[in-house]
Amino acid sequence: MSSDRAPHFSSKDAVVCRGVGKTWAAGTKRAHEALRDIDLDIKPGEFVVFLGPSGCGKSTLLYLISGLEDATEGQTWSFGDLVETPSPDRSLIFQETSLFPWLTVWQNVSFGLAIRGASQAERRAVAAEALQRVGLSAALDKRPDELSGGMRQRVAVARALAMRPKVLLMDEPFAALDVQTRARMQDFLLDVWRDSGASVLFVTHHIDEAVALADRVVVFTARPGRIKTVFPIALPRPRNLFSREVEAIRIQLTELLRDEVDRAFAEQEAIPA
Amino acid sequence: MTVVARDGDAGAAAGASRPAAVTRLFASMAGLDTLSKIWWTCLSIGLFAGIWELCWVLGWADPKLLPPPHIFLGSIAEQGKYFNTATRWQVGQSMNEGPTAFESVMITVGATTARVFAGLVIASALAISIGVLVRYYHFFDKLVLPTITLLSPVSPIAWLPVAIFMFGIGNAPAIFMVVVALFFHMVLATISQIDGVSPNLINVARTMGATKRQIYARVIVPAILPGMLAVLRLNLFGAWMVVLIAESTGVGYGMGQVIMLARNTFNPSLVFFTIAVIGVLGFTFDWLLRLAQRRILYWLPDTKEKLRVL
Repeated sequence: MSSDRAPHFSSKDAVVCRGVGKTWAAGTKRAHEALRDIDLDIKPGEFVVFLGPSGCGKSTLLYLISGLEDATEGQTWSFGDLVETPSPDRSLIFQETSLFPWLTVWQNVSFGLAIRGASQAERRAVAAEALQRVGLSAALDKRPDELSGGMRQRVAVARALAMRPKVLLMDEPFAALDVQTRARMQDFLLDVWRDSGASVLFVTHHIDEAVALADRVVVFTARPGRIKTVFPIALPRPRNLFSREVEAIRIQLTELLRDEVDRAFAEQEAIPA
Repeated sequence: MTVVARDGDAGAAAGASRPAAVTRLFASMAGLDTLSKIWWTCLSIGLFAGIWELCWVLGWADPKLLPPPHIFLGSIAEQGKYFNTATRWQVGQSMNEGPTAFESVMITVGATTARVFAGLVIASALAISIGVLVRYYHFFDKLVLPTITLLSPVSPIAWLPVAIFMFGIGNAPAIFMVVVALFFHMVLATISQIDGVSPNLINVARTMGATKRQIYARVIVPAILPGMLAVLRLNLFGAWMVVLIAESTGVGYGMGQVIMLARNTFNPSLVFFTIAVIGVLGFTFDWLLRLAQRRILYWLPDTKEKLRVL
């Protein structure tokens, strides 16, 4: 399928997708197509938000880029290398808490180094530095169950940063947080992103979150997910979410999304009970 | 910052604004908690014994068939002698020679406990290893899982002749019985625990470049530990049940032998005394295991507390 589409891209690009598609349970009765024909180029250091209705496959695309799942169509490259398996260069942060409950915060953060056989002193130093970057130096020796939801996600971010990833993949990481915490976490994420120089791919279904964060917003169609449009946001950060420009962008994104949400609803209602 | 307060923190926080006496009272709350637990345990058992005694008073429970606690516990010294099953059956040995009644009880209890413990340790070590291997190697799964599933509904009673054919008499068949009664279920339990591990935890390890072996050693095994300890606790009772069946046959001495002796000599007091001893032993073992569980699995949330406020 992608043979007619020569991989025409710079090997310096952080992520390149060509003709990527994913069908779950392919070849069975329960087969359903989640993604179709995704072409995407992400520059190093770019902040890209995937926006779309629930179940449109935007998270699936994130898993394909991470290498945790295999695409059924097309191919993905990262910095010129074909993505076949997960790599520490591409850290994934999940919606739910994914900290290991039996490890302390610093042991969680340095888990990747432990796997590589680093000494305890080195691991603790790296963890301390990563935790300092997310403002949680005091939590070094705490256990995950002693932290609030927002703190846990910051530890998860620190754990990802400790691997010095070139691409940070975030699957609705703040969805479970309350509105105020979420706003603070967005500011925090922008600081971390600026420091680290990594590209961030951020999945959300919140338009406000997309407007606050993105260099470019990739708007997905309803299932099977395709790229409906790529919407650049050139406003400087920090953005005033109540300004007139932001309001205009919000209205445009809302309209782009509305058709797709309607379609997704219609499809769900068509499913026989 | 919403840090979940633990017992100690709550006491300290209260201490800041209360007089010293109250603070001391709060500090001793942990002790009070234990006291209240003991009190409730005594009440629970006392109530059960009380109803039994009442039935005896009312003449519903014939003391020859269902002797109430004060009768079967009152004759401890006399009943204890029967625990000396090992030497009693030797030719030329009179009832009053050999170890004292107390020593006999201790020897019997020690022997049975050792068999339960050995069986439990062997069964869990084997079952956890096999369970992990089943998920680790796909061919192993296909090769052994059907047989394990086939054998797991077989009652331990059916294994009894096999135990005697294979190991004759002595400790070995009794331990074999405990192992075979627990092993198959524990393998299946291990597998279902592994299948219940959050995929996110495994994915995190994968994105950090962990190998399959590292994922099993550093993620899956610690993640199934809480569930496995719960499985172990349930199987502890299973082990106590089956060891009696095993001992009732060829083993020289043990609680099962005492029960058989009591049955053959029509001695209900001895039956109930033995049941009481087994109950206390099982209770103590379970308590120790729960204590260990709290030590090892410090990270588990306390759901029991949450259910209590409903």
